[in-house]
Amino acid sequence: MQWEIVIGLEVHTQLSTQSKIFSGASTAYGALPNTQASFVDLALPGVLPVLNRGAVERAIKFGLAVNATINSPSIFARKNYFYPDLPKGYQISQYERPIVEGGSIAIQVGETEKTIRLTRAHLEEDAGKSLHEDFHGMSGIDLNRAGTPLLEIVSEPDLRSSAEAVAYAKTLHALVRWIGICDGNMQEGSFRCDANVSVRPRGQEKYGTRCEIKNLNSFRFLEKAIDFEVERQIEILEEGGSIRQETRLFDANKGETRTMRTKEDANDYRYFPDPDLLPVEIAPDWIEQLRVSLPELPQARRERYVTEYGLSGYDAAVLTSSREMADYFEAAAKQLPERVKLCANWIMGDISARLNRDGLDIGECPVGPAHVAQLINRIQDGTISGKAAKTVFESLWQGEQGQDVDAIIEAKGLKQMSDNSALEKLIDDVLAANAQQVADYRGGKEKAFNALVGQVMKAAQGKANPAQVNAMLKEKLG
Amino acid sequence: MFNDSLKQLSERLANREISSVELTTEFLRRIGKLNPQYNAFITVDEEKSLAQARHADQKIAAGETGPLTGIPIAQKDIFCAKGWLTTCGSKMLSNFVSPYDADVIERFNRAGAINIGKTNMDEFAMGSSNETSYFGPVRNPWDAAAVPGGSSGGSACAVAARMAPAATGTDTGGSIRQPAALCGISGIKPTYGAVSRYGMIAFASSLDQGGPMAKSAEDLALMLNVMTGFDERDSTSLQREKEDYGRDLSKPLSGLRIGLPREYFAKGMSSDVEKAIEQALDEYRRLGAETVEVSLPNSPLSIPVYYVLAPAEASSNLSRFDGVRYGYRAQAFQDLAEMYRNTRAEGFGAEVKRRILIGTYVLSHGYYDAYYIKAQKLRRLIAQDFKNAFKQCDVIMGPTTPAVAFDLGEKSSDPIQMYLSDIYTSAANLAGLPGMSIPVGFGDKMRPVGLHIIGDYFSEARMLNIAHQYQLVTDWHQRAPDL
Repeated sequence: MQWEIVIGLEVHTQLSTQSKIFSGASTAYGALPNTQASFVDLALPGVLPVLNRGAVERAIKFGLAVNATINSPSIFARKNYFYPDLPKGYQISQYERPIVEGGSIAIQVGETEKTIRLTRAHLEEDAGKSLHEDFHGMSGIDLNRAGTPLLEIVSEPDLRSSAEAVAYAKTLHALVRWIGICDGNMQEGSFRCDANVSVRPRGQEKYGTRCEIKNLNSFRFLEKAIDFEVERQIEILEEGGSIRQETRLFDANKGETRTMRTKEDANDYRYFPDPDLLPVEIAPDWIEQLRVSLPELPQARRERYVTEYGLSGYDAAVLTSSREMADYFEAAAKQLPERVKLCANWIMGDISARLNRDGLDIGECPVGPAHVAQLINRIQDGTISGKAAKTVFESLWQGEQGQDVDAIIEAKGLKQMSDNSALEKLIDDVLAANAQQVADYRGGKEKAFNALVGQVMKAAQGKANPAQVNAMLKEKLG
Repeated sequence: MFNDSLKQLSERLANREISSVELTTEFLRRIGKLNPQYNAFITVDEEKSLAQARHADQKIAAGETGPLTGIPIAQKDIFCAKGWLTTCGSKMLSNFVSPYDADVIERFNRAGAINIGKTNMDEFAMGSSNETSYFGPVRNPWDAAAVPGGSSGGSACAVAARMAPAATGTDTGGSIRQPAALCGISGIKPTYGAVSRYGMIAFASSLDQGGPMAKSAEDLALMLNVMTGFDERDSTSLQREKEDYGRDLSKPLSGLRIGLPREYFAKGMSSDVEKAIEQALDEYRRLGAETVEVSLPNSPLSIPVYYVLAPAEASSNLSRFDGVRYGYRAQAFQDLAEMYRNTRAEGFGAEVKRRILIGTYVLSHGYYDAYYIKAQKLRRLIAQDFKNAFKQCDVIMGPTTPAVAFDLGEKSSDPIQMYLSDIYTSAANLAGLPGMSIPVGFGDKMRPVGLHIIGDYFSEARMLNIAHQYQLVTDWHQRAPDL
């Protein structure tokens, strides 16, 4: 049977506010346990939550960026359950009237663009952390993280493969960083995915029973977990079994998912509007103010790169995978409007590879876009060969010659022979020394021509412009 | 001196007739004498109170005084006070020393008032008789066989027995007004949001409201001036300009229209209470007021609505008492689930558990719409009733309670009967309206009767005026039990 995979993602993004969503405590990562837990975070008797406006602002920005409805009033609700790292015995979240409803995100898978609909995005507070080691049979509780603002972004079940899920997660990751609402640090848990996965016979309208896989904190894990889960479900179904709706945990070491809790032992969270927090009224001019403050969004840039610069959809998607990348590209492209494709290739090729080698982000690239433009110019005007350009780039990276492209070319003697007479003499010498190949070529052996080019290039010690050598050789051999 | 008004005490302090330390010592002595019998206080800390008094005396010497500087005030044990045991009447918090001050406590501290002790109360403010306190029941100073009312029974008793010149209370369904009525003192629950809930241990957040309990309306005004005000730490706190609640005290009452809800006078009120209320209304007519009949057709629903919404909120508010971070934790347990179970089974009393169960039930999947949502809708109708009534009258009056104080143990095994003690008071909480009770005489067994006054939103100054004018021509508020 042909199976269709159906995936919806729930992504918890940590909003980049200085203080927590309902208290004044700092959200900075990595402090000593419980040093960033205020009386409110500890849920002492009598304390009350006060909403952090910055968190609301970031949620609205997200809503605007995905063309969603911003609900006003928006309501906070209590989600009741007991756990030691949940100090109040309830999590303040949103149930009815979440701040963001609807909207969509366009993703690029290969050369195909696809629109993924969003169900909602709601504000909530994070829980603390339970530490099960080093406490001699007891558990430790660290409440530093308790009350950290989260925006939970829920997609519709529009994703049809792990590749699409990863593309969606990456696009979302880029977007929240792009608009400055989340630092996107996945190691520190600033961007965590839960995947709802089901399969159904192709052509069937009804969704299959889904399983939710929790806490996938890297794109690779997301992909592996989905692939494993899809295979598991198909295997069960093909053997005539049925899927049990449950929450599963991904074991990164074993590369498999396993049951965490079944639907039967699911909590009744008894959601109800939090009487300590008034419904949030969001004035239209507040929304307008935030709309104006938004940068040009990745989707808009992607479209512009295709229409304005003639780049492929794939290239445009890669170049807009982060705001730093897009800004870098545009800065270079602006200086070389005629050579945009070449800029794109350099950034996606040599520069990205070099950055990867040192584990750097493009924002940390030691070679600025102006230098890259200059370098490309020198290739274009024939001063250096493409191969020599790589050497120049490495020198730029190392900061040699005060990052002066021309000085590096000069110092390293990388200039191509643009002097026709010198090249002509060189060619003449090569032709004289390789009479056999000349004869072969004239006799119709095309391959012999390439050999001659190689000889000339070798004699020129790489400094000849291959195009020029080609042209001159052709002319000479008539 | 124990019968002095706040103003008189303030004058004595200003005249150096007495120091705050001496005054505080006098009250501490009286507490020492009476508290063993009446159990109005859970915690008395002479050292702390006297340290505050010494500080107040310095302020007085420096001429930096306000109306309450140097005056002892009893604080309901629901208000967190830094360094003080703050139990909320529960075993669950029997070891909890608060590391911070409630907004109300901060305001009294800034005003230079002395915390004379933390008063007894029904456990987590759930009760109408003070019998649910983990620290034992409070007795009514007028008759030790009677309950003082609740949940602010300790505060009511402390003021009535003159163990404190004034006290704070909180009122979720009548917890200031009912004990004030039963103990023959004055008490006011202001408009919801007037007093910050920060540091006031939550029972039902959308209904809880702090307020003062004192001997007279005049004293209540001085107390309210200190207690109220915007607090950014409470999102439901009202952002209004500071007002002087005593500004209208001396206004004459001619032309005042008093609304008498048909439903309050129909049935259920005992005859002794009715007699005292009628006499009070006659007094008001003599003062120039007229009475008009109004209707609050949904008022019979206020008890059932209240007993859905208050437990719903309470069930969630009390989830934090889990033995994990502070408070009581069971000694014996095998695992986490058992630690929760044993801690909460041992730490909470029967009434609190009953309400947690009711609240959990009405919020549960499948029952939420039928109970919680329905009750919220009715809550709006109840508020609308008052809105309509206030088109015909300036204030609403009636009995605070259907009967005078009952005996200890009389209703403790019958929760429904107990809940009906709040039949006249809980509607004001549901609507968020200010309500007060003032003493207007005595009923059976010479137990006090309270007149209930409900005003429109933010009409506290007017209500205090109405109460004060009555107290100028009567002396019920000056009567004290002979102890």
